[in-house]
This record gives sequence, structure tokens and C-alpha cells, in this order.
Amino acid sequence: MEPRPRSFYVLGAIFALFVLFLYGPTITIAILSFQGPQGGLTFPMNGVSLHWFADLFEQQAVGDIWGSFGRSLVLGLMVMVVTVVVSVMGGLAFRKKFRGSGVLFLLIVTSLIIPSILVSLGVGLIFNIAGLNVHWSTSGFGAQLTWTLPFGLLIMFAVFNRFDASFEEAARDQGATPWQTIRHVVLPIIAPSLIGVALFGFTLSYDEFARTLLTAGSYNTLPLEIFGMTTNVTSPVLYALGTLTTLFSLAIIGVFLGGAFIAQRRRARRASDAGKGMV
Amino acid sequence: MSDIEITAPATAPARATGLYRVPEAVTAWALASPLVLVLGFFLVLPVITIVVVSFWGSTEWSFYPAFLWDNYQFLLTSPVTLSVYLNTLMYTVLTWVFTLAIGFTVAYFLAFHVRTQTWQIALFLLCTIPFWTSNIIRMISWIPFLGRNGIANSVLLDLGIVSEPVEWLLFSDFAVVLAFVHLYTLFMVVPIFNTMMRIDKSLIEAARDAGATGGQILWNVIIPLTKPGIMIGSIFVVTLVMGDFITVRFMSGGQSASVGRMISNEIALLQYPAAAADAVILLLTVLIMISAMLRFVDIRKEL
Repeated sequence: MEPRPRSFYVLGAIFALFVLFLYGPTITIAILSFQGPQGGLTFPMNGVSLHWFADLFEQQAVGDIWGSFGRSLVLGLMVMVVTVVVSVMGGLAFRKKFRGSGVLFLLIVTSLIIPSILVSLGVGLIFNIAGLNVHWSTSGFGAQLTWTLPFGLLIMFAVFNRFDASFEEAARDQGATPWQTIRHVVLPIIAPSLIGVALFGFTLSYDEFARTLLTAGSYNTLPLEIFGMTTNVTSPVLYALGTLTTLFSLAIIGVFLGGAFIAQRRRARRASDAGKGMV
Repeated sequence: MSDIEITAPATAPARATGLYRVPEAVTAWALASPLVLVLGFFLVLPVITIVVVSFWGSTEWSFYPAFLWDNYQFLLTSPVTLSVYLNTLMYTVLTWVFTLAIGFTVAYFLAFHVRTQTWQIALFLLCTIPFWTSNIIRMISWIPFLGRNGIANSVLLDLGIVSEPVEWLLFSDFAVVLAFVHLYTLFMVVPIFNTMMRIDKSLIEAARDAGATGGQILWNVIIPLTKPGIMIGSIFVVTLVMGDFITVRFMSGGQSASVGRMISNEIALLQYPAAAADAVILLLTVLIMISAMLRFVDIRKEL
């Protein structure tokens, strides 16, 4: 290998600093969440304990964390499923020529760049004027979809742009119906990307604050609950909550990445099923 | 990775065989219909509602249908509006400059200095992980750093750089911009890295063979070819910062204003028509900025 130029070390150092900048604060609050019962929001550590984690599990100590966590989880799963299904359908639609596709694409981009508070305000107003109650599973759900769907679709566009259409032609030549082609050829090939879309859908929803603010109604989602806590809780219990939610997010990424890995492996194993026929 | 077909594999050739020859446009519309429904009801309709309500009248406790220019008149003649917009613009420009500088450098390092693809992907994932955790938690995590008794202040005191704790680290414009950079640099790294990875390495070799210096290669080859990624990242950062209200409120300790905060305050006071008028102006501002930026790049080609 040729020797590294000096710029490599300079840039490498900048990269390391960037990573430190990204992770440093989060790691700090993770450490501080193990403060002793007398500990405060900053260093020095005043003993080491699980006191603040225990606090989280006590009923009514600090708001309705577990209720809001459950709602965020359910909402995240709802958003995830709808995002995957609608994105795949949308992605397939955009492979065909149809009138209005340009306008629809523009709409998708708009959905991505429109300030979140406008969606929140607009959806809230519609429900208000129509005399409906805002609720996380209706208005909140829809408002979040305007954020997750564009991401899902952009991934699908990228996937289909790189999709080798000769697989489909081969399936058709074998006499497969359009549905069979999608079910047995297209979907298995794009499965790993679908896991990516699902991950985006779930975590974007799970963390979404601005779009849910005016559309969640009287029951908070977790980000709303955490935000409420920041204004009235001044103990390391906040950090304990931060640490737990961060760990939870990491676990979710792990699950999805593991799923993607397995999907890839299965695909690799099945790669040569010539002669085995269609399932 | 490099031999990716950018052009769409296109529409399947029309088949002669088969009994189920539904017109392509019908299938396409059927497939797109859930998307159209969601965006229609939760994006188009809300925007129309905001525009309509921005002309409505309001009392202290309710709002009613009308066609008034009052909201706009108040908004556009109030000296507060201008200063709030200038403040928001300052946040946007500062955040944009920092995220671009950092994002470009990081992406450049990953794309051109890290040699194996495994390491590239591993380091890239390392950068994206924080993105998946809550923004509010990431904001909170600055408290032990920037607070009066925080790490930054104790280091500065220990080193004898300052004799009194620095007060402006937390709950200040500095903290707001810092948090923005922390939250949004990734939105620059990802698209820039993405476009850099598609640059044909032989172009760089050709430039080097022709006697170009490192700086010349960067300026005349890499930056022009990376422009689409830079634009997409910039669009993300600009719109996120322009519409933000939570970071500004939290990191400034409620002391600084931004357009988003102005809207959210009006909402809190139930002044919906005023908030709607504000929202319309914000939307126009953002759309003008974005359409100016989109002149430099065709997003559809970049996917």
C-alpha cells in the first residue's frame, strides 16, 4: 500500500473529533444518569446508584412515561406498516408512466421540506373546524405519515432505479402473472431495502415531536412527554429516561440490521434455485 | 457500486400475451392512490386550510370565518416580524455554514481516504446512529456540558482561560446554533457522501496525471461533481432550521425568537388566524429559498 498522505491524518483527526462531538454529550448523560440519590444535573458524580432508574419505574413519580411509551410504540408500528406498504405501492406506480406523476413527485418533495409545524397546525385546524377530536391514532398518525412516506418513497425510488428489470422479464417469459412476478421476484429482491424503509418509518415516528405536537390530543406520545418533563423536572431522572430511550433506539436498530443481515443471507443461499420451480 | 444504472430501467415493454391487459395508467393510479389519499388529506388540505384560516378573524377565545387582511397587515407592519425573520435567517446561515463545512469534510474523508468499503460502511453507520435517538434527549445532553457548572466551564476555569464561569454557553444563540449543528450535520453528510461515492475515481487520477495539485482537484473536480449532494443537504438543513421552534425555545432558554417559535406561541395563545398568516409567510419564504436552490440540481436524477 502506498503511504498515507499527511492530509489523511488531519482529516482523520477531524473525523474523530466529529464522532466525539456526536456521541460525547449522550455518553455524558448516560454516565450522569447513574448519579447517587443526592446527585445533580452536572458533574461531579455524587455517588453511584440506580436510584434515578428506579424512580422511573415508580408510578406517578414523573408523569405518564409508560403510558406514553406504549402509545409511541403502537403508533410507531402503525406508521411503520403503512409506510412500507404505501411506499412499495408508490414505488411500483412510479415505474410506470402516468399522467400527474410529475405533480405527485413534487408533492412528495413538498411533504419532505414543509416545516413540520405547518403540518401540525393545518391538521389541527382541520380537525378543529370539522369538530373532531385530535387523537394520536388519527390526526397524529396522519401527520406523521407526511414525514415518513417521503423518506420511504425516496428509498424505493433509489431501489427501483437500480433494479434489474430482466428478472421480471424472465419471470414473465415463464408465464408468471404480474402479481406472481411481484410476489416471487420483486419483493424478495427488494426485501433488505424494505427493512430500511421500516426502520425509517418506525424511528421517525417514534421520535417525532413537531408534527405530533398539535395533533396528538390529550394523550402524549413519548417525545411530547419528555419535552413536558424538561420544563418541570430538574433531576437526573431526565437523564435516566434519556439513557433508556437511547438504549431502546439502539436495540431497535440492532433488530432491523439483524433482520436485514438475515434477509441478505437467505437471498444469497437461495440465489441458485434453478430447477426447483416456483413455490 | 460504481456501475450503477442511473437511468430508470423504465417501463416494462407492453406485452402481447396475457388476458389481463389493464391499461398501465390505471394500474399506476391504483398503486399510487393510498399515497395520493394520505398526502391529499394530511398535506394539501392542511395547507389550503392554513391559507383560508389566515384570512379569518379572531376574538380572544375563538376564531370565525371572514375575509380580512388584518392578520397580514399586522404581521407585515410589525417591527417584531422583521427582527424575528432576521434572527431566524442568522440561525439558518450559521447552521448552514457549519454543517456544510463539517459535513463536506467528513464525507470527503469517508469517500476518498478510507480505503476499504467495509470500513467506509462501518464508519458511515457510526455517524448515523445518533440520528436514530430522540432530538430532545440530544438537546438535553448539552446541559452538563454547557451549564454554569458544566464540563466546558470547569475545563476553562482549570486551564485559567477564564476566571469566572462563562454564562453565554447555555441558553444563548451560541447554544442554539451548536444544537442545530449537532442535530443536522448528518443531513449534510449522507447526501454528500452518497454523491461522492458515485464519482468515478479515474477522473481524479486523470486530473492528477494532468498535473493538478490536491487543491485544484478538490476545487475543479470533486466540488463540482458533489454539488447535487451539497444542494440536497442544504435544502434539508435550511428547511429544518427555518421551521424549527423546539430547539430555539429549549437551547435559548426561551430568550431568543424564531419564526417557528412565533407561530407556536400564537398557537399556544389560540390565535389561530394570526398563526396561520405567519405560517403562510414562512411557507412562501421557505419555498422561494428552496426553488432558488433547486435551480442547481435535478433531485429526481440524483436518486
